[in-house]
Amino acid sequence: MATKPIRRNTVIPGFGPTLGYTVFYLSLIVLLPLSALVVKTASLTWPEFLSTVAAPRVVASYKVTFGAALAAAGVNAIFGLLVAWVLVRYRLPGKRLIDALVDLPFALPTAVAGITLSSVYAANGWLGSVLEPRGIKVAFTPVGIFVAMTFIGLPFVVRTVQPVLEELEEEIEEAAACLGATRWQTFRRVLLPELLPALLTGFALAFARGVGEYGSIIFIAGNMPMVSEITPLLIITKLEQYDYAGATAIATVMLLFSFLMLLTVNLLQKWSRRHTA
Amino acid sequence: MSSTSAQSARTRTEPALVRWLLIIVALLFLGLFLFVPLAAVFAQALEKGWGAYLAAIREPDALAAVKLTLITAAISVPVNLVFGVVAAWAIAKFEFRGKQLLITLIDLPFSVSPVISGLIYVLLFGLQGWLGPWLQEHDLKIIFAVPGIALATVFVTFPFVARELIPLMEAQGKDEEEAAITLGASGFQTFWRVTIPNIKWGLLYGVILCNARAMGEFGAVSVVSGHIRGSTNTIPLHVEILYNEYNYAAAFAVASLLALLALVTLVAKSFVEWRMRENA
Repeated sequence: MATKPIRRNTVIPGFGPTLGYTVFYLSLIVLLPLSALVVKTASLTWPEFLSTVAAPRVVASYKVTFGAALAAAGVNAIFGLLVAWVLVRYRLPGKRLIDALVDLPFALPTAVAGITLSSVYAANGWLGSVLEPRGIKVAFTPVGIFVAMTFIGLPFVVRTVQPVLEELEEEIEEAAACLGATRWQTFRRVLLPELLPALLTGFALAFARGVGEYGSIIFIAGNMPMVSEITPLLIITKLEQYDYAGATAIATVMLLFSFLMLLTVNLLQKWSRRHTA
Repeated sequence: MSSTSAQSARTRTEPALVRWLLIIVALLFLGLFLFVPLAAVFAQALEKGWGAYLAAIREPDALAAVKLTLITAAISVPVNLVFGVVAAWAIAKFEFRGKQLLITLIDLPFSVSPVISGLIYVLLFGLQGWLGPWLQEHDLKIIFAVPGIALATVFVTFPFVARELIPLMEAQGKDEEEAAITLGASGFQTFWRVTIPNIKWGLLYGVILCNARAMGEFGAVSVVSGHIRGSTNTIPLHVEILYNEYNYAAAFAVASLLALLALVTLVAKSFVEWRMRENA
């Protein structure tokens, strides 16, 4: 993005006040509180910081959180692509309804998602009573964390891939078919490369959301230290023990990760725009 | 929905068997992950019958939670609505350095974990925080009280209206506003008569999403609330307490209110999307 020269040669009024208010409100609500986190962490010495964020229980929570979020984002990439494909390409009754339902994880409060997933997958629940006799325990295990993250990350891939799929030009597929490509070859070699930037963006968004998620997970996770305890819960646990420094140090690690994901998504979107332009 | 000719349709689709297989797998996935959990909320809410359901909702603590949730939304939605419109005006109607950075920063609350969104206000206003001692001297309570809940909610719902309006107003350009100003309209007249009619559906869309999140936020609010029954519990926190007390039927009854809100949100959202497509 080239820097634009400051051009004020428009007749529209209100540049100063609106930009001023935007920056003021942004600083007050978002930037100032976030800087409190950084300042509080800076009051720790380096060894103190490291011993907090690299403690075995904390490292175990990173493994569970990031591992489950990665797996959930992967499943959502595959099934999200499939759902977007079915919604864009095929005729089926009730499509509008299904399309609207895809956004349910955005609209349903996370605490409600948490208690209902936990009850559905519990030993006496609708799905748990089918799965547990077959040796698959979901509720109160890391698998439960994965299920909750899959639920809340579901709309991201569908909603990023769907518009790109709708905009794809028919000609390229027809050309591939005319040149003798099978349907699978056309998908693999022609369509998938076109969809890849959007697919990766959706994956990254779902992954980032999964890592930060709290409400829908704590009910189903079981929250056993070293086994099924997610990092956001650890922050709350430290806070409840009045270990503000510890909570802040772990939060800083997560915040750094969020910035990294934000950067990744921005780069992916830039790539995607260049791709479709 | 493109209407393709029969010939091109053949080269752009799969054999019927593959098609049906894909549809069935997609529907199974959505059924398993979306429909079953949603249906379970209502099934368990009504497990002990309508009498127990209504009793759980009418109970004083539940009513207090509903009231607090409404107050929280009534604070956070309007302030973020005003911010969204102002920010979109500055960003869409003018060129300036650092615009891209500003847009990224506005989106920031979406990428921060809800738990951290609550934590930062504890660090600012909590007893051990920057302003904590001063607040205590003046007998002001923010953390573990309603102002903290409102602040945390404002933070997590911060980007909704702005991120909806910025691309919309950028796409519409500024020709119409410039024409109005040139013809002698004042800035406010231009805003009310030209801009608002153009963006009203996008605005409504942002407000619907903002409201759903404001009423349903759990993580951030949970950190700052202190969980005082009947006084600092929002609906999601009340659900958590009931659930942790093994009072499942009541927990799901109160949760069903939020699930209904989610369904209303989805319907309203679809309607507004449809109107926006019609207007486009």
